[in-house]
Amino acid sequence: MGEQPDDDGIVLTEAQKRARRSRSIAIAFALAALVILFYVMTLVKGPAVLIRPI
Amino acid sequence: MSFVSAGADLRGPLAASGPAEPSLATVGDYIALMKPRVMSLVVFTALVGLAVAPGSLHPVTAFTALLCIAVGAGASGALNMWYDADVDAVMTRTARRPVPMGRIRPGEALAFGLTLGSFAVVVLGLLVNWVASTLLAFTIFFYVVIYTIWLKRSTPQNIVIGGAAGAFPPMIGWAAVTGSVSLEPVLLFLIIFFWTPPHFWALALYRTEDYARAGIPMLPVVSGDASTRRHILLYTLILVPLGVAPWAFGYTGFLYGITAVLTGAIMLTLGWQVLHESRPAERASRNLFAFSILYLFLLFAVLLVERGWGGLITRLTA
Repeated sequence: MGEQPDDDGIVLTEAQKRARRSRSIAIAFALAALVILFYVMTLVKGPAVLIRPI
Repeated sequence: MSFVSAGADLRGPLAASGPAEPSLATVGDYIALMKPRVMSLVVFTALVGLAVAPGSLHPVTAFTALLCIAVGAGASGALNMWYDADVDAVMTRTARRPVPMGRIRPGEALAFGLTLGSFAVVVLGLLVNWVASTLLAFTIFFYVVIYTIWLKRSTPQNIVIGGAAGAFPPMIGWAAVTGSVSLEPVLLFLIIFFWTPPHFWALALYRTEDYARAGIPMLPVVSGDASTRRHILLYTLILVPLGVAPWAFGYTGFLYGITAVLTGAIMLTLGWQVLHESRPAERASRNLFAFSILYLFLLFAVLLVERGWGGLITRLTA
């Protein structure tokens, strides 16, 4: 018969939860900004976006 | 004990790792990791290089280039703080940085810096051009590997050679527009390159004990006060003509020329005062350190006003 583990794993404190939440929100904003940047740059460069001199 | 082994000994406590605790680091800590003040100087000089380059760039593309350069600079700062966590903990000036304070683990700083740097280089290449991207990649490599890991702890000429990393941004901005480099961005590179030693040696003159405690072989620690003061004046003597050179070569107008001559004269005066300082070292070296920031800012600001985007002065007076 398997035994239940004695500990409940890592339990975050409220401060750690707040810090993690703020970091997660910042990462989400950064990724969204990256998506928007690529979209706008595609519009700027037009149809031949991949055809360009180095 | 050599400076290198002393630095390695300091690394011991920070290298020890136990069970990973959930992070308490905030967004502000990660922003501090990127050295935002250094980022702002990098962005400003890159902006000037971009603005004075011949040709045009779509505003969004220009913004993208500057964003990538800024993120690349931030990545360099994070990687520097990763590697220098041990000496940062010892020095008064740097002891409150996120890694020595324990808010960010060294491994987290390393991952953050590598991720940001990779993204900055790739995005700059994909969205702008690969010449600028290659220069950015080399700049990050030079600052982290050549300067931070190698030179900083092994030679008193660390800031002379390593200062090249801070001199590349105007070239990157120029390359973002033209896809190449020429003499003019090289002149801007040389101005920052020869500005860096007197700027940082002036700081080191009144932080000698800090650097000595950390085992960093800055010039005042290794060669002493008098030698450092002579070197400051020598590099200032090289810097001032370089500052005037864009005007002498006809790249800029009268306003830049006058600015370069006047501020250069002040730099030489302050360098002379540092050399012949009879008062405690701090006052003269602090003055030079502070004014050197204004000197570089003024040169590039006037260049931007006079030549940026076809010349704001030309447009306003036409």
